[in-house]
Amino acid sequence: MTEILTEASAAEILVSVFLVISGVFGLVGSFGLLKLDNTMARLHAPTKATTLGVGGILIASMLYFLLFEGTLSFHELLITIFLFLTAPVVAHFIAKAHIHRHESPDSTPPTGCARPWATFETDEMREAVEAAERGEAATSEARLKAERG
Amino acid sequence: MLRKFLPHPWLTLVLIAVWQMLANTVTTGTLVFGAILGIVVPWITAAYWPDRPRLSSPFRIVEYILIVLWDIVVANVIVAAIILFKRNSTIRSQWVTVPLDLKTPEAITVLAGTITMTPGTVSSDVSADGRALLVHCLHTDDPEGVRDQIKNRYERRLKEIFE
Repeated sequence: MTEILTEASAAEILVSVFLVISGVFGLVGSFGLLKLDNTMARLHAPTKATTLGVGGILIASMLYFLLFEGTLSFHELLITIFLFLTAPVVAHFIAKAHIHRHESPDSTPPTGCARPWATFETDEMREAVEAAERGEAATSEARLKAERG
Repeated sequence: MLRKFLPHPWLTLVLIAVWQMLANTVTTGTLVFGAILGIVVPWITAAYWPDRPRLSSPFRIVEYILIVLWDIVVANVIVAAIILFKRNSTIRSQWVTVPLDLKTPEAITVLAGTITMTPGTVSSDVSADGRALLVHCLHTDDPEGVRDQIKNRYERRLKEIFE
């Protein structure tokens, strides 16, 4: 009897630990969103701190169904996968919008290669580069033809 | 013949597995319907995968996923510590340029996603010719160190997986 009791409470403690961890990280992430003082810094709080926040709840949920109901639940794994796919995409959208509105080629570091950051490249610049590439291809083709006689 | 019937065998397997997860049970019915989805979806979307990368060594993919998962846990603790214990005036955010050796768009996408999920960095932009990533650091005194860590820890492994 006591054995069953201690087993149950150990499982309960394990699930509770994960719930508390997730709660703490969720709270810190939301607090970071309030506390940090510019858009790009704020972006870090929800993309990371909340990942562990949600992850903790999902692990707790899987453990609960495994230990108390005796069934294996896969929904949590799917939520994790979808979260890992969507979080970077949304973060990238917000960062890109921020760069469009508040940054310039002078406020960001150089790319270190021939063309600028995609956000700053205007249609004219892109067309010029593509036209140059086409021109190069055309001339090399002409040269090949000439060489073949 | 097999290639025509199953243009994307990995996608077929993933779709079957995901369908079992969505149904949350494994029965003959879900397996059959998963298999139907796994055959029809790759067949319909094959036109959108003109030259997909060949994935070598599945063990390296598992290794990469485990490393990234561990780094996400570490990243959460680091970012939480910065948020809680650093004053805004002492946080030194800065941009870092990461030159890329990766060529395939899929590999660069995975790298950008990894950077966003891991320690104090968000990937924000890519250069127009796809040869550099613009990464924002929440707090760092050593931008070169951040760049080298990204290149050695993630990009080298992705290069082995994708190219």
